[in-house]
Amino acid sequence: MRVNWFKYSSPQTFFPLAGKLAFWFGALAFLACAAGLYIGFFRAPTDAQQGEAYRIIFIHVPAAWMSMFLYIVMAFWAGLGLAFNTRLSGMMASALAPTGALFTFLALWTGSLWGKPTWGTWWVWDARLTSELILLFLYFGFMALQAAIDDPRRADKAGAVLALVGVVNIPIIYFSVKWWNTLHQGASVSLTRAPTMAATMLAGMIVMALGFWFYSIALALMRARCIMLERERASEWAVEYARGSA
Amino acid sequence: MMAALRCVIHRDLLLAVRRSSDVLTVLLFFVIVASLFPLGVGPDPALLRAIAPGVIWVAALLASMLALNRMFASDHADGTLEQMLLGATPLGMTVAAKVLAHWLVSGLPLVLISPVLALQFDFPQESLWTLTLSLALGTPALSLIGAIGAALTLGLRGAGALLSLLVLPLYAPVLIIGAGAAEAAVSGLGGQAQLLLLGALLVFAGAFAPWAAAVALRISSE
Amino acid sequence: MSWGSWDNFLAMGGYAFYVWGSYLAALGLVIAEIALLALRKRSVLGRLRAGRPGNR
Repeated sequence: MRVNWFKYSSPQTFFPLAGKLAFWFGALAFLACAAGLYIGFFRAPTDAQQGEAYRIIFIHVPAAWMSMFLYIVMAFWAGLGLAFNTRLSGMMASALAPTGALFTFLALWTGSLWGKPTWGTWWVWDARLTSELILLFLYFGFMALQAAIDDPRRADKAGAVLALVGVVNIPIIYFSVKWWNTLHQGASVSLTRAPTMAATMLAGMIVMALGFWFYSIALALMRARCIMLERERASEWAVEYARGSA
Repeated sequence: MMAALRCVIHRDLLLAVRRSSDVLTVLLFFVIVASLFPLGVGPDPALLRAIAPGVIWVAALLASMLALNRMFASDHADGTLEQMLLGATPLGMTVAAKVLAHWLVSGLPLVLISPVLALQFDFPQESLWTLTLSLALGTPALSLIGAIGAALTLGLRGAGALLSLLVLPLYAPVLIIGAGAAEAAVSGLGGQAQLLLLGALLVFAGAFAPWAAAVALRISSE
Repeated sequence: MSWGSWDNFLAMGGYAFYVWGSYLAALGLVIAEIALLALRKRSVLGRLRAGRPGNR
């Protein structure tokens, strides 16, 4: 049986599949997050040093993981679209960006709320938070560039170049920020050094990360569907779908 | 091919000399921004000495970013860019030549005047050389990275502000290491490690940025 | 991990503001994202039905 890799690369065929996948991933996301929250609040013990404040970790760390993961996935799809000139890849990259930016912002927000009771200030210039801040700017830059270009094909390709340049730069940014941080802060601790990990704490973080991942997939697929409808408005299938779903 | 590149550089330099106000504006911006910081934080010499490397680096970064729009805009407007896209010379090399001309006009003057500004902040004289060298290595890297942004935003509305948003996060490593070199020199540790890293970043940018900018130029010109 | 009472759970050992601030922000952002996407879909479907040219 020969696999037709490009069967779902047309918006028309992918649209219904995306809808079904989005529903199931959304359901999985809900279950995973419920399980993760249960572990986080009712299974994981109180931390010896930070008390109950450490429970923010169940949002902060999975959100940070997702923010970086989604950027890489976004760059992957954008690069694929640039290389193979497939419209859908570019749409997928554009669909991922807002969710990625959301998780980056959430990581920063929860990082700030975690820093205040534990280290005394609302903002800590540690390596992870500073890198997350720069990542947020990278996401905003991508979205701003696509918003500023009217032609969708040019927007996809320009965004792809930017995303690929960004993804190459992320390790460089992370290491230079990490070096900058150790040089200036000396012997201080950072938010990246988690409290001594009980197995339940790690399990909670991983389950929440899975939940965030499924949520991102569901939302990116739903947004991709919107983008498909917006761009393919001249085609019959889009108009028929709109009439059919009245 | 070398003749073509020499021609590109010569043309850009000639155009810049004829519009020397562009060059001088960038230089003046650098000086003014660096002078604004003491007005903002107070004249305490110890504080100014502490913030000097960062302030001078940030001011140079912002000044060089101001000039980025000029890199491709005028060629795009009068049709020369299209000729470059169609020409025999590889577009990446043409871009590299343009970046070099751009740096000679917008980056090198900043490097040359930076010791004077540093003295305003009571920067120790023994470390001036490291500061200047860090800027000499860093500003070309900034021009190279900035070229990608300039190519992506070619012809867009609000290109200036958008360009800043795109390019500033990518500037962060160069800034951190460049300012770090100057600070290390001041604190006595010596900035050799950072200068070597800057050199590596410059080589990396020099190898890949012209090519990425060329791809972006083709995308922007379709 | 038994909290003893509902009040203990809500108080989060004194860190209620920070912990619930984080979780509520997460919930709020998720709801906002889904809502904005629903609005976007409704608007594009409306434009398609009316046969009007829309954005992109």
